[in-house]
Amino acid sequence: MAAVQDGQVESDAEKETKPDASNDVAGNSSGGARSMSPNAASSASGAAKAAAPTGPGEQQTLLAVLQFLKRSKLLESVDILRREAGLSDELDESQTNDGAAAGSASLLRRVSVGGAAATNIAATTTSKGAEDQPDVSIVLSAYSQQGDPALYQVYYSGLKNFIESVLDCHRAELSQLFYPLFVHMYLELVYNNHEHEAKVFFEKFSGDQECYYRDDLRVLSGLTKKEHMKGNETLLDFRTSKFVLRISRDSYQLLKRHLQERQNNQIWLIIQEHLYIDIFDGMPRSKSQIDSMSGSLAGEARREANKAKVYYGLLKEPEIEVPLDDEDDEAENEEGKPKKKKPKKDNLGSKNKKQDPNAPQQNRIPLPELKDSDKLDKIMSMKEATKKIRLGPDTLPSICFYTFLNAYQGLTSVDVTDDSSLIAGGFADSTVRVWSVTPKKLRKVKSAADLNLIDKEADDVLERIMDEKTASESKILYGHSGPVYGISFSPDRNYLLSSSEDGTVRLWSLQTFTCLVGYKGHNYPVWDTQFSPYGYYFVSGGHDRIARLWATDHYQPLRMFAGHLADITCTHFHPNSNYVATGSADRTVRLWDVLNGNCVRIFSGHKGPIHSLAFSPNGKYVASGATDGRVLLWDIGHGLMIGELKGHTDTVYALKFSRDGEILASGSMDGTVRLWDALKAFDVETDDFTAATGHIHLPDNSQELLLGTYMTKSTPVIHLHFTRRNLLLAAGGYNSQ
Amino acid sequence: MAEREERRFAEVSRDSVKLMAESAGVEVGDEVAALLAEDVCYRLREAAQNSSQFMRHAKRRKLTVEDFNRALRWSNVEAVCGYGAQDALPFRPAKEGELFFVEDRDVNLVNLALATNIPNGCAETMVRVHVSYLDGKGNLEPQGTVPSAVQSLSEDLLKYYQQITRAILGEDPHLMKVALLDLQTNSKIAALLPYFVYVISGVKSVSHDLEQLNRLLHMVKSLVQNPYLYLGSYVRSLVSSVMYCILEPLAASINPLNDHWTLRDYAALLLSHIFWTHGDLVSGLYHQILLSLQKVLSDPVRPLCSHYGAVVGLHALGWKAVERVLYPHLPAYWANLQAVLDDYSVSNAQVKADGHKVYGAILVAVERLLKMKALSLSKPAEGGDWTPVPLPAMYCELYSFFGDSLAVRFSTGPELEGCLPALPCQPADARKETVANAAAGLDNSRKMPQLTANLNISPRPDGTHGFPFIFRPFARSSSSSSSVQRRSSSSRPGQRSAGPSRDVFPKARFPPPQAGPPSFSFLIGGRQMGRRCQGRRFQTSFGPQPPLASLPPRAYAHKLPVIGRVSKPVRRWTCSHYSLHLPL
Repeated sequence: MAAVQDGQVESDAEKETKPDASNDVAGNSSGGARSMSPNAASSASGAAKAAAPTGPGEQQTLLAVLQFLKRSKLLESVDILRREAGLSDELDESQTNDGAAAGSASLLRRVSVGGAAATNIAATTTSKGAEDQPDVSIVLSAYSQQGDPALYQVYYSGLKNFIESVLDCHRAELSQLFYPLFVHMYLELVYNNHEHEAKVFFEKFSGDQECYYRDDLRVLSGLTKKEHMKGNETLLDFRTSKFVLRISRDSYQLLKRHLQERQNNQIWLIIQEHLYIDIFDGMPRSKSQIDSMSGSLAGEARREANKAKVYYGLLKEPEIEVPLDDEDDEAENEEGKPKKKKPKKDNLGSKNKKQDPNAPQQNRIPLPELKDSDKLDKIMSMKEATKKIRLGPDTLPSICFYTFLNAYQGLTSVDVTDDSSLIAGGFADSTVRVWSVTPKKLRKVKSAADLNLIDKEADDVLERIMDEKTASESKILYGHSGPVYGISFSPDRNYLLSSSEDGTVRLWSLQTFTCLVGYKGHNYPVWDTQFSPYGYYFVSGGHDRIARLWATDHYQPLRMFAGHLADITCTHFHPNSNYVATGSADRTVRLWDVLNGNCVRIFSGHKGPIHSLAFSPNGKYVASGATDGRVLLWDIGHGLMIGELKGHTDTVYALKFSRDGEILASGSMDGTVRLWDALKAFDVETDDFTAATGHIHLPDNSQELLLGTYMTKSTPVIHLHFTRRNLLLAAGGYNSQ
Repeated sequence: MAEREERRFAEVSRDSVKLMAESAGVEVGDEVAALLAEDVCYRLREAAQNSSQFMRHAKRRKLTVEDFNRALRWSNVEAVCGYGAQDALPFRPAKEGELFFVEDRDVNLVNLALATNIPNGCAETMVRVHVSYLDGKGNLEPQGTVPSAVQSLSEDLLKYYQQITRAILGEDPHLMKVALLDLQTNSKIAALLPYFVYVISGVKSVSHDLEQLNRLLHMVKSLVQNPYLYLGSYVRSLVSSVMYCILEPLAASINPLNDHWTLRDYAALLLSHIFWTHGDLVSGLYHQILLSLQKVLSDPVRPLCSHYGAVVGLHALGWKAVERVLYPHLPAYWANLQAVLDDYSVSNAQVKADGHKVYGAILVAVERLLKMKALSLSKPAEGGDWTPVPLPAMYCELYSFFGDSLAVRFSTGPELEGCLPALPCQPADARKETVANAAAGLDNSRKMPQLTANLNISPRPDGTHGFPFIFRPFARSSSSSSSVQRRSSSSRPGQRSAGPSRDVFPKARFPPPQAGPPSFSFLIGGRQMGRRCQGRRFQTSFGPQPPLASLPPRAYAHKLPVIGRVSKPVRRWTCSHYSLHLPL
C-alpha cells in the first residue's frame, strides 16, 4: 500500500501531531479534554522545552514545522514555537531561503493534501513524535554524500575482520554494528543508483546478519531502485529513526580507535549520522544478553527512554457501603456471623485505604463517577472474588473453551465481559455478533413510542422498558464495512467497541443493539481497541502508527500517541487507567502516559510483530506475545525485561493473568493454551546495577515455568479470560481446513 | 542466500510485459519493458508483504485473495475480482509448448440464476462451550464429537465408513461378516474411529431392535480386537455403549419372546473383554464400572432384567468383582428376589420368570466365586494373604440362600467340601508330592479349565485324582494347612451354638460318599438355622434322589426345576459362559 500512498502516513502523523503540540502550548485547547487540558498543556510545553537543546536534525524538524505553520497562516503559533524552541528569526529565514526547492515543494504538497484534516484535530499529543520523525526528504538527502561504491565491500569486510579479531567480550557487542551498517550501506548504494554494486553487496553480506532480521532483509532485497525507497515504510523507518545500540565504553573506544587508524571515514560517517550509540560504563554484555534485547526495528531502547517515573500502582478502590441487603438477610439467620464478617470487610477496606506508594494520584486522570449500577456490580464482583479459587502450580484452573462453529465468515476478534456473561465476536464479514452465555437472553429496549406508554414511576421500570419480543440468544450488529479486528466491552456492559479495517471505531449500545458513534480519526485499518478499566476512555491503534485515546462522548481523540515505527497491532490499558501499552509491528512495546501523552517506556526484545499484551493485576508487570511464539515479561517500574517464556510454536494471540496474578495463560495460533507460573517468573533478583543498566541476564527456565499445555482441536486460541472465580475461558473459531 | 531469497519472489518477465502491452494495443520498447517488469515485480512483492498483515490480523495462516485485494485497495489499486472462491484454481500446462495457465472456466449465469437446486444457506454461526480441562487435568468428556460438525475426512475414508456401516447394519449376514472381519483387521481406519464410536453410541436409539443391538455389539468387538487401533479415551465411550446393552431395560425386553438375555450375556462378555484388553487406557475404569453395576443392583426400582445384567456383568468381570459387589449385597437383594419368586399369581408369571433368570445368574456367579476362591486359597505359598471373608464362612452364607441348588452346582461338592477339612490328612497320604508340584507348576495357567471339565462333565470318583493342585499347597506346607484347619475349627463352635438342632435342610440327601461326614456340612446346617431362612420352596419340590455318586452331575442338574438355565439350547458362547470358561 505504501507504494501509492507515498509516505502519506508519515506526513499525516506529522501534520497531526505537530500543530497540535503547538496549539496546546498556546493554551488553545479547544474541544478535546476539557478536564485535562491544563495539565496536558503544561506538560506538553515542558516536553517542548526538553526538546529545545536540539541537535541539527531536530532543529531541521522544528524548522519544517515552522514552515508548515506559516503556510497555514498560524502566525501566533509560529511565534510561540519559535520562542519555546529558542530559534532565532534569522536562522529560520536562512533555512527557508536555502531550503532546497525540493524540500519546500514536498512540504507544500503534504500540506495541501491533508490541511483540512489537520485543522480539525484539537487534541493534544507529545512532541516526542517530532523528535523521531524528521522530514523525509532531509533524511533521504543525507545519503547523498558517498564514497566510491566499489569500496563499500572493502569497508564492510574490513570492519568485519576487525570485529572478528577482537576479544570475545567485545566481539559480541561490536557485532551489533553489522546489521545497521549493512542496511545503511546498502541503502546508500541504492540511493545513489549503484544497483549492481548494491546487489553484490547484499548477496555477499546478507547471510551474516542475525536470523531475526530475516523479514526486514526480505523487504530490503526487493528494493533495488531509488524510486522505490520513497514509498517503502520499512525503509523510511530505518532512516528516519536512529538505530540505537548499547555498547560498553571499552568496546566503543576500541571501535573508535580502529576506525580512526584506518581512516575509515565512510563507516564513521554512517555511525555518526544514522546510529545512536548508547555508551555505558561497566562490563561488556554477553551475546545472549544482547540477543535478548535486540530485534526491534530501530534497535534497543535508549536508556533515558525508560527512566521516567511510572506510577504503576493501583488506584484506591472507591469505598462502597458494603453491608448489603443480602448480608443483612444472612445476619438475621445467625447473630454470630455478621460480627465475624464485618471485621473482615473492614480489613478489605483498610487494605484499599492504604495508598499504594507507587500509585498515581486518585484524580490524576479524571475518572467517571460510579453510578448505582456500577456499585452494585462492584459488590457482586467482590462477592464473587471471595469465592474465587486460589490458583498456583498445584491448583491449576479448569478451562472452558468457547468454540465458534460455522464461522465461515472468519472470526477475527473475541471479547468477554468481566463478569463472563456476554461474549462477542468480530468477523471478517464486517459483522459483530454478541451472545449471551447465561440463560438470560439479550433484549432490546422498546421503541420510543412504546416507551411513552410505560409507567415511569413503577419499581420495575428497568424491566418494563425491555422488549420481550426481541429476546434472543445472540444479536448481530451491522455497521462496519471491513473486517472487525478489535472488540471490547465496556466495564459496565452497556457498550461495545469495535474497530475495523474501514478505519473507524464504533461504539454500540448493548441496550438497543444499535451503533451510537463512529469514531473517525484513523484513516487506515484500526487493528485494536480497548476500553479503560474504568470505562469512559478507550484507546485505539492501527496501521497509521498512532495510538489514539478517546472519550466516549468526544468524537475526536483526546490524545495521540505517536512514536511507533510500524503498525500498532495491539493496545491495552493499564489497570489504573493512567497508562496505555501498545504493541507494534516494529517489535517494541511502548507505554504511554495518558495524562501528558509521553512515551514513558520502550521495551525491545521481541523478534516479531507483537499481537497480545496483558498487565498483571497488580499493575507492576506487563506480558507481551508476538508472532515468534515467545512471551516476554517486563517490569514496568524498572523498565526491564524480566522473563522469556518459550514454548508456543506460532503467534501468541491471547494473554491473560489470573485474577490474583499467580498464573499467566497464553493462547496461540498453534492451537494450545499454556499456563505459566507467573509468581516464579517474576521472582527475579534485580540488583541496583542491572536496574541501572538494564542488562539483565535471563535464566532460560521456560520449561520450569510451564505448568501445562492444553490442546484444542484445530482451533486457534484468540482470546483468554479469567472469570471472577478464576475459571479460565478460552475462545476461538473452529477451523475445518 | 540472497539468490535464494530472490528466487522466492514471483518474477514478471520482460516478455510478459511486452505481451500484455501488446494485448492492450500499446507498443513498448525493450528498455521500457525491462523497467516496467522490474517495477511490477517490486510492487507485487510489496503488495504481497502488505497483504500478509491482513492475514495475521484475521488470525489465519492462509493468505486469501481477499487479503491481497485489501492490500491493493489501500494502495489505491483496483482489486482483482473473481477469485474469491475458497478452492485453489488449477494451474495447468497447455499441451503444446511450455505454456501454463490458470484454468478459468466460464460460468453460465443464466443456468445459475435459473437453477432450482438452490443451496441451503450455511449453518448459523454459534458459540458452543465445553469444559475442556478440569483443574488443569484431562478431558472431562470424550471428545468424540458429532460427525456432521467435522468434515475433514478424505473421500476414500468417507466411502469406507459408509460402506462398512451399511454392511454391518444392513440385511445381508454375509456382508456383515466380511465387514466385521475387515473392521477387525484393517490398519488404516484410525481416523474413522470417532465416527464408529459415534455410530456405536447409537445403541440408545435402537433399543427396540435386538438385531441391531447385536450388530453394534459385534462392531464393538471388531474394533476392540483390531490390533492397529489405539482406542484411547474412546474406551470410555465404548464401555458406556456396552453397559447400556447390559443394564438398561431395553425396549426390546418388553416382549418376552425377545431373547434379550442372550444380548446381555454377550455384552457382559464383551465388557470383560474390553476391560481386560483395554482397561489400562482409562484410569479408574474398573471402579466406575463396578460402581455403576452396584448402583443398578442396589436399585429395587429397576426391572429384573437390569439386575440380571448387573449380575452377569459382575460375573464377567471376574470373581473378585462378584465378591466385592454382589456378595456383600446379596442379603439385602435376596429379600426382594424372594418376594418375587414367592408370588404365584398369574399376573406375576412373567416377572417371576425373570426373577428365576436373575436367580440363576446369581447362582452361577456365586458358584464360580466359591470355586475360584477355593482355588485362590491354594495359590498363595504362605498362608498370610487371605481374602477378607474366609471361604467356609462364605460358603455357609451362600448356602443359606441357595441351599442345595448351590451344593448341586458343585457336583463334586461333597468331595470338594469334604476334602477341604480333610486336607490335614493329605500330607499323611503319601502321594508323590513332587509329582503333584511339578504338575501344578506346569499347569498353572490351565487350572481353571481343568476344574470346569471335571465339574461339568465327568466327576472323578475320587477327588484326590481330580484336583491335584488343590492339595498341593497343603501337601507342601503344613503351616498353611494347619491354619485352614484352625479356621474351620474355630468357626465351628460358634456356628454350632447358633443352631444346633434343626437340621431341617436336606443336606442329608447328599450324604458324603466318603466316610466321616465333614465338619463343613454341619456348619451349613447350622448357618441355615441362624439365618432363619426357610430355604427355597422349589428346592423342596424335588424328590428323593438316587445316590449322587451314581449319577453324572449334569444329569442331576437337569432334573432340577431349574432356575437360571435358558430352556432353549444356548449358543456356544453362552454355554461357555455358563461353563465358567473365563479369560484368565
